[in-house]
Amino acid sequence: MSRLRIPVTDEDHVLGAPDAPAVLVEYGDYECPFCGQAYWEVKELSQALGDRLCFVFRNFPLTQAHPDAELAAEAAEAAGAQGRFWEMHDLLYEHQESLEVGSLLAYAETLQLDLRVFSDDVGGHRFQDRVRRDFLGGARSGVNGTPTFFVNGHRHDGPFTADALLSALEGGGLNAP
Amino acid sequence: MANPPAASAPLRPGTPAPQFSLAASPKQKVSLRDLTGQAVVLIFYPADFSPVCSDELALFNELLPDLKALGAQVLGISVDGIWSHLAFARERKLRFPLLADFHPKGEVCRRYQAYRELEGYAERALYVIDREGVIAWSHLSPPEVNPGVDGVLEALERLPPHSEPPEALS
Repeated sequence: MSRLRIPVTDEDHVLGAPDAPAVLVEYGDYECPFCGQAYWEVKELSQALGDRLCFVFRNFPLTQAHPDAELAAEAAEAAGAQGRFWEMHDLLYEHQESLEVGSLLAYAETLQLDLRVFSDDVGGHRFQDRVRRDFLGGARSGVNGTPTFFVNGHRHDGPFTADALLSALEGGGLNAP
Repeated sequence: MANPPAASAPLRPGTPAPQFSLAASPKQKVSLRDLTGQAVVLIFYPADFSPVCSDELALFNELLPDLKALGAQVLGISVDGIWSHLAFARERKLRFPLLADFHPKGEVCRRYQAYRELEGYAERALYVIDREGVIAWSHLSPPEVNPGVDGVLEALERLPPHSEPPEALS
């Protein structure tokens, strides 16, 4: 079974405490429709588990299949540089049909980001290396498509509904409340 | 072949890689012999356009620059014909050759113990062949499981470093 090779660190985008009993790492692509479904499942899971869940998102854009996925990932990182990663992450998944550069700028405006810095970061591909690093780390850990979830460090090969993820996390020793 | 090999055993590391020469397009054939001196990644997959292999090939497609940086030539192989391969490669923007093990059907897949006799299509098998033409690593997945690329990356990194061929005397 494939294991997560890249440990969760300060460099990651993390919701919750890294020492929470349930650690879920997702490798995702903003243009992938299955990741779009998984987005809502993770929200549901997060409501069910509250602060017992730590959720980490890493970029895995399949750029040949999804032409806007790379720039969307860089835009999320650029928002992250201004402290608003998760807000941008949510906007992207809730508007997967509009990820071209004009829309990315509109989302930045909605989030009241510094637009000059944001558009320089996105236009200059400041976060391209960061996105690629996520991607390569995922490939080494056996990410085999999007979304790929790691449940407490183990690749989750089953369905990614909130229920399925919850039982996988419980199988890893998480006790029900 | 009277006794088809068990579906669960790919050729072992250390085995000389069976030779093949297969069409990649109407005008182009790819022969393993011509690739001596390069590492080769062979991706056997069941069929063009089927969902899991598409994911699998998309992943190799995405990592192609990294696999090439490790000195590897990447080749996909299935029993589909070249016209299917060309349409599939165009639709998925695949940047590596897909070889047609079409006639006699499955002949090369059989040599690599990667043919499902009952179903008549290739196993989901991966091979890494070293620069001397010897199998360095092999892996067989159930048809519905995308194996990922981690095993291939690690196998390529374990190959002895490429020594430059001596300069030809002028």
